[in-house]
Amino acid sequence: MSLSVKHLLGIRDLQRQDIELIFQTADQFKEVLQRPIKKVPTLRDTTIVNVFFENSTRTRLSFELAEKRLGADTLNFSASGSSVSKGETLIDTVNNILSMKVDMVVMRHSASGAPHFLAKHIDVPILNAGDGINEHPTQALLDAFSIREKLGTVTGKKVAICGDIMHSRVALSNIYCLKKLGAEVTVVGPPTLIPKYMAEALGVNVSYNIREALAWCDVANVLRIQLERQNTPLFSSLREYSLAYGVNRQLLDSLQKEIIIMHPGPINRGVELNSDVADSGQSIILDQVENGVAVRMAALYLLAGKKAEQ
Amino acid sequence: MKTILNDRQMTITIDRLCHQLIENHLQFEETVLIGLQPRGIYLSGRIHKTLLQLLPGTHIDYGKLDITFYRDDFNQSKTLHVPNETSIDFSIENKKVVLIDDVLYTGRTIRSALDAMLDFGRPASVELLTLIDRRFSRQLPIQPDYTGRTIDAFISQKVRVLWEERDGKDEVILID
Repeated sequence: MSLSVKHLLGIRDLQRQDIELIFQTADQFKEVLQRPIKKVPTLRDTTIVNVFFENSTRTRLSFELAEKRLGADTLNFSASGSSVSKGETLIDTVNNILSMKVDMVVMRHSASGAPHFLAKHIDVPILNAGDGINEHPTQALLDAFSIREKLGTVTGKKVAICGDIMHSRVALSNIYCLKKLGAEVTVVGPPTLIPKYMAEALGVNVSYNIREALAWCDVANVLRIQLERQNTPLFSSLREYSLAYGVNRQLLDSLQKEIIIMHPGPINRGVELNSDVADSGQSIILDQVENGVAVRMAALYLLAGKKAEQ
Repeated sequence: MKTILNDRQMTITIDRLCHQLIENHLQFEETVLIGLQPRGIYLSGRIHKTLLQLLPGTHIDYGKLDITFYRDDFNQSKTLHVPNETSIDFSIENKKVVLIDDVLYTGRTIRSALDAMLDFGRPASVELLTLIDRRFSRQLPIQPDYTGRTIDAFISQKVRVLWEERDGKDEVILID
């Protein structure tokens, strides 16, 4: 049994069986991560390069740790301070790295579609670690994996994705992933931050009322306001946003049930999420980070195995 | 197709293996059993159950070990191996470990199992128990300490161990 895809570019390309295979494999890697020695020699003859054209802390660390835990050799490339600033093209940069006999590429880029473009020109498996406002597949996988771990299943669960939907690759990948696994999804946020096509094109519910959405859902995945992607302001102030859409203790206490709180990080504390919620027992934010390593180990393992099969 | 062990012979063989284990490990205070995934766990489960029947009131630590991530053919295999559950919820540090698998063939699975097991701690000793030993086909210097039945088979032949709980009957067959 193996993945149906050669690259992991987005959840949109995956079938439900692929996602379930990744989860099944991640379950076993999670067990590995509980052992006294948390490392296996599976990819000891594999070299993986992490090509990050955009800033990242947790995703890069998570991928790097996953690679090391699998016994792979890793290279790290950051665009800042590299030949990219001298005008080198994306393909030239990556081809130069691949000439050093690299077996897999993990790539983050600020341009949507950059890993898809690269996949047409190079032969090794590519893992998309986030491309512009398009997709962030491993984040969506670890989010769904965390829901499955907490609630036993994703199928039939109600998930509210809250906040800056328009600029979020996490939102899009989450929608694809949750829908493929049979969950119900509502996106909630200010009208200016929710694209008009959402309901029709992606089959999700749209709400502009955070209280109603939270009262409806089992899980709230609260997203970061991405001010760096807003050329013109789409709401009047962070204070106003926080008052209208921030998730706080008072709001959660007013619900008739206890919901699960998720956040892909980094949190703007006091804006989309208050500390008394982020650090509460309802929050599984740190479980998401922990599960990220196991899920990325699974994705790397399955893609490396796919290459070996060819 | 030839039957090597029928259901009655399998029961007798497993009983004998359990008595041999008791002879060497007595009350199993310092001994743990580890069955290898995916096929060795049926034999290890039977052995654990039989030992508990033979030694009523005794506690014997029993775990399951998957070796998928320790295989030496990751980049050579035609198909990707999907991992199975590993559950070892006790310490193997300074314990006498009995590794259990259904068929010993080239020895590569056991080599991987030794690697995998050592990530859980440093045992005092390791023994190997197999139901079937296909001698003359070893690629590594690995031999069992307890053997159900030794057979000489051609490399083109396959040994299949059937279990009641999975296949509906207990039988070991040689397939041409």
